[in-house]
Amino acid sequence: MIKQLLVVLALAGLAWLLWPFLAEFRVSESNNALATEYIHGSINELNMPNVVTAVVVTYRGLDTLGEVTVLFLATAGVGFLLKRRELKGGKRRAGTEILRTGASFLAPLIVMFGVYIFTHGHLSPGGGFQGGVVIASAMLLLCLAYVDFDFSHRLLTWLESLSGLAYAGLGLLGLVLLGASSFLDPRFMPAGNWLRLFSAGAVPLIYSCVGLKVGAELSTVLDSLRGPGGAA
Amino acid sequence: MIVLLCGILLMLAGIWTMLVKKNLIRMIIGFSILDTGIHMLIVAIGYVKNGTAPIIDAGVRLAKTAEGAKVVAEKIVDPVPSALVLTAIVIGLAVTALMLAYAIRLYKTRGSLNIDDFEEQKW
Repeated sequence: MIKQLLVVLALAGLAWLLWPFLAEFRVSESNNALATEYIHGSINELNMPNVVTAVVVTYRGLDTLGEVTVLFLATAGVGFLLKRRELKGGKRRAGTEILRTGASFLAPLIVMFGVYIFTHGHLSPGGGFQGGVVIASAMLLLCLAYVDFDFSHRLLTWLESLSGLAYAGLGLLGLVLLGASSFLDPRFMPAGNWLRLFSAGAVPLIYSCVGLKVGAELSTVLDSLRGPGGAA
Repeated sequence: MIVLLCGILLMLAGIWTMLVKKNLIRMIIGFSILDTGIHMLIVAIGYVKNGTAPIIDAGVRLAKTAEGAKVVAEKIVDPVPSALVLTAIVIGLAVTALMLAYAIRLYKTRGSLNIDDFEEQKW
């Protein structure tokens, strides 16, 4: 009884904290100074149509580096908690003919779509994280269709490490080539033409590294969460 | 406004789920609901009236000058909350995966997902 009262009190307190958001909320008529500056810089300095990518990769690039680190730590934690050999699970049924045929037809296309998303992250909606998740979804489809589908752990580990290293290296390259206070500045490569694939400096390269890293990491997570395979 | 209200309601629902439910999986689902509510809240704050996605195509590319940039800034939503939510979604995914891994581990070692069966840390 007292517990339910406490729960209701906590919820009421939270609602009271959030009430000013709702009461004083006005839809703004135009962007604030910071956003206007980012939009201006994204168009004129970086030559990048997607302003969100400009903010994520360049202006708040250090945040993204930290985000990748958090993702890496979570993956390491999942792998540490769920060692494959220790777990004993039930046997799984094999996928049906339809599922297997459909999966082997769709999986390469999904991987290609993921690669398209992360290489075009500076032009269209999407980017490294989204593309990586799409690639991992192809791996999930293959896991569901084939009971004995096995990831190449060496490939995944190397892909993840190398792309993470390349991401940090590209950031440091900006620092070396453009001088101090330009860590993760992509402008050491040519800005290129508007709306071309090879434009916006090093951003396509950086986002490709992020995409490969996220795809490899999430595939590792899927592999850990899957439990032991083996046909029924 | 509706998005903001939905976000706040989702946050309250998520907190309620985490406080009341006994099953670990349901608590993790509550955390995900709370996460989604926070994302909706942040996105709603960044909305600009009649704005579209902050991706500038050839049609709105007149922002070479300061006045042009002001025109563009009135047509697209604030990019900073969108970028923050992009970060938050990925972090939420990582944290959810880690919590599910802990839940699986607890179930494998203790054979239960009920929070009442784990009393060592109770005070």
